[in-house]
Amino acid sequence: MFKDTMLDPAGPVSAATRDLFFDSVGLMLIVVMPVIVLTALVVWRYRAGNVAARYTPHWGGSRIVELGLWFMPVLIVVMLWFVVWNRTHALDPYKPLASGQPPLVVQAVALDWQWLFIYPDENIASVNRLVFPVGRPVTIELTSDSVMNSLMIPALGGQIYAMAGMQTELNLMADRIGVYDGRNTMFNGDGFSAQVFTAEAVDVAAFQSFVAEARNAGEALDSASFETLATPTIAGPVRLYSSVENNLFHTIMASHGSMPHVAADASSTMHAEHNP
Amino acid sequence: MNSSMLFGKLTFDALPFYSPIAAGGAAVIVLGGAGVVGLITWLRAWPYLWREWFTTTDHKKIGMMYVILALVMLLRGFVDALMMRAQQAIAMNAEGYLTPDHFQQVFSSHGTIMIFFMGMPFLFGIMNYIVPLQLGARDVAFPLLNAIGLWLTAAGAALVMASLVIGVFSTGGWTGYPPYTELSYSPTVGVDYWIMALLVSGIGTTLSAINFIVTIYKMRAPGMKLMQMPLFCWTALCSSLLVIFAIPGLTVAGGLLALDRYLGMHFFTNDGGGNVMNYANIFWIFGHPEVYILILPAFGIFSTVIPTFSQKKLFGYNVLVYATMCIAVLSFTVWLHHFFTMGADANVNAFFGIMTMVIAVPTGVKVYDWILTMYRGRLRFDTPMLWSIAFIVTFVIGGMTGVILSIPPLDYVFHNTLFLIAHFHNMLVPGMLFGLFAGYAYWFPKATGFRLDERWGRRAFVFWVVGFYLAFMPLYVLGFMGAARRMAYYDQPEWQIYFVVAAVGAFSVLLGIGCQVIQLVVSIRNRKGTMDLAGDPWGGQTLEWSTSSPPPEYNFAVLPQVSELDAFQVAKEAGRPYVWPTHYEPIEVPRNTALGPIFGGLAFVLGFAVVWHIWWLAAFGIAGVIATIIARSFAAETTRIISSEEIMATELRWHADVRAKQEANS
Ligand code: HEM
Ligand SMILES: [Cu+2]
Repeated sequence: MFKDTMLDPAGPVSAATRDLFFDSVGLMLIVVMPVIVLTALVVWRYRAGNVAARYTPHWGGSRIVELGLWFMPVLIVVMLWFVVWNRTHALDPYKPLASGQPPLVVQAVALDWQWLFIYPDENIASVNRLVFPVGRPVTIELTSDSVMNSLMIPALGGQIYAMAGMQTELNLMADRIGVYDGRNTMFNGDGFSAQVFTAEAVDVAAFQSFVAEARNAGEALDSASFETLATPTIAGPVRLYSSVENNLFHTIMASHGSMPHVAADASSTMHAEHNP
Repeated sequence: MNSSMLFGKLTFDALPFYSPIAAGGAAVIVLGGAGVVGLITWLRAWPYLWREWFTTTDHKKIGMMYVILALVMLLRGFVDALMMRAQQAIAMNAEGYLTPDHFQQVFSSHGTIMIFFMGMPFLFGIMNYIVPLQLGARDVAFPLLNAIGLWLTAAGAALVMASLVIGVFSTGGWTGYPPYTELSYSPTVGVDYWIMALLVSGIGTTLSAINFIVTIYKMRAPGMKLMQMPLFCWTALCSSLLVIFAIPGLTVAGGLLALDRYLGMHFFTNDGGGNVMNYANIFWIFGHPEVYILILPAFGIFSTVIPTFSQKKLFGYNVLVYATMCIAVLSFTVWLHHFFTMGADANVNAFFGIMTMVIAVPTGVKVYDWILTMYRGRLRFDTPMLWSIAFIVTFVIGGMTGVILSIPPLDYVFHNTLFLIAHFHNMLVPGMLFGLFAGYAYWFPKATGFRLDERWGRRAFVFWVVGFYLAFMPLYVLGFMGAARRMAYYDQPEWQIYFVVAAVGAFSVLLGIGCQVIQLVVSIRNRKGTMDLAGDPWGGQTLEWSTSSPPPEYNFAVLPQVSELDAFQVAKEAGRPYVWPTHYEPIEVPRNTALGPIFGGLAFVLGFAVVWHIWWLAAFGIAGVIATIIARSFAAETTRIISSEEIMATELRWHADVRAKQEANS
């Protein structure tokens, strides 16, 4: 039932997230389980009917006990701090993933209500279908041509917002061939529920044939065809584009910022490590 | 959109004939409202209601009206929840019975109503009734302000209800994130209704909070130090302080969004230099403290109920006070956890994740204190206590999932999914709502003189608790499976069974609510059996139990002298719970005034006019407010005197009730 989710990870990010989940839940159960058990025991033992139980109506506190109460929660939380600090840096979505291969760069544009994926190095684009080689990191640069969106592929890892006039980034990798679900998780209007795409992790040969298939698709993605594509569409079909107008991604971003430098600034001040 | 001088944007298209279900909902509201009006007219109860209730400045009656408003809105909000649960149970690879547009209005109104028009009025109602009594005060500091606060809250609720009949409601969720809620993406009046309802009720809430703070600082019984106040008063104080500091965030976020929508400004638009991230930032500076505004007073209720029904002193009073204040302060340091996924630097996210976890510490300590209060007690399991025990067990689960969400990399996975929905219902339903139900059952006999029926109360409790687990545990699982929140339909067959279970849970909650309705009827019918006018049916520890049930208008004929915590308990143990003088002084109380309903009415008119761009009506609303303020400033007599004879007569009647009870017991 958890096929292709964080609990059945298909990549290093989701696998690390799953480990983090079990580590932190384990730590927390140390305080949570006793509370539940203790409550049950106390409620049973000190029920009014049980006259054998000790009754101390005036006992309202004790220095030692009151101080001691802070000990366990503080200890667990301090341990969690270290976990948070380390893993937040380790699992920073902007952080390039360790790999022998350079990442495949994909530029994702959120539309009403579809996803456009531009492959700048291959100079092709696809809609509602993301294809990438297994075992090679994917760097997804995101923006939106509409309202806020959030891109997530649960089998591979977490999500990041896509916002108009700004660029955000998500680094993911699949280490298992498969077709995974991707979607927008941020409510954005009538077509929201159908704004899904397939994320296909394929071997290198299949990726090459996907690129070739796109090159033969016939239609080029330029400002005009983008405009058609960007009109609100619910459950639109998969589309391929044989070429992409130079710098289209940044043109889309600039069309919303109306001040291109704002877009660049936003991502660099928000995320110091990232250098667009 | 074209707009006329006389009616603004309002046309016949505003009537909800776009869907039979929406039209049906509107019909229920209209017919229900007409039915209530008809019934009151038939009973010729208008003069009575106007004289005794609508124009009152008595904090007890205002408190009861707040609670009635909250219960009505709870029904509305719950119908929304049922509709969503039914939709998602059937909408697998299917449209379901609600169009996306309608579904979106439903989740938006559910969230907005439950937070602002159910949770807040319920809390403010109980605080209104109980805080002055627990402080040993005759009234609140600003009775008129208090009445205006109630009527402004009611005006906000009325705007939400009106949107069901005339026009549409927002589809932007309770958070109303732009740019989706900007004019270019949400051109209908829905968002305007949402903004106006929140702005109007926000003013009311702020006025009430000011009133509570001053009351608590200035009106405590002679001798009562701050550290001798009942814990509920402490939580009311912290919650009110949070309101003062947090609500401006909502006002600013909503106000700037309104400027964008009405005057073409660009605070949060995609273009023109707007920045959507600022909205998230400002909204959550309000939004996170808001959840503590809701939950702290409920903690106060549990801290009152648990010792009473454990027949024991509250454990660690000092610690609980400090923990409450810690939580209140810290609640302003964590808002960024609502947008970890917006692309902030890892240092920033990690910092706010850590701050969020810090709050778990004082909260955890509180839970220990409640358990230690029961430890070596003599537990009686009346319904208020049952709600409290269910709260402790369920709440720690929600706390745990909260800490999970505060770990940024885990939030990247669970954000915007049903895991989050499960988490916050896991906090708000046991944490806030069970607390309110405990308070409702606990203080009901104070307000009416008779208790709520135990048998129906227990049934309601069982259905609610079972329903809660069935309705929300499956959502955690769905969150793991990557199911997003706010989906009108979906295409994953393996999700459906969980949605069906959740729907069964919601149905169980419905039965619970049904039991509560029956409970109220049965309790009123059988009131003779549980009548206790003497005023202390539970063996309470705090001052509200040291007066009659219901208390007289002036609360205390003689102000209690306080030198210790749990003043009434101490007095009872000393064998002299009641000190009865031989003669009485006259007491000054505020006069009734129509100002509350007038301001509420004008605020509703103003909000409605602005929503529909009917500018002459808006001008009328503003002029009305100004004229009313000027007229009021000429009112010379704002108080009246209750004579000592009248007080004597009331008190002697109560003394007789107390003696009768004492004799019956001995
Ligand atoms: C007791 C029964 C309740 C049920 C069955 C219920 C059910 C639901 C459902 C189905 C949703 C929509 C989930 C989605 O987005 O897919 C929802 C959202 C929400 N609920 Fe409840 N709920 C209940 C009580 C409450 C209470 C007591 C509160 C608060 C005091 C509350 C506050 C909210 C909020 C704020 C949202 C989010 C709305 C949004 O998306 O903007 N609910 N609830
Ligand atoms: Cu928060």
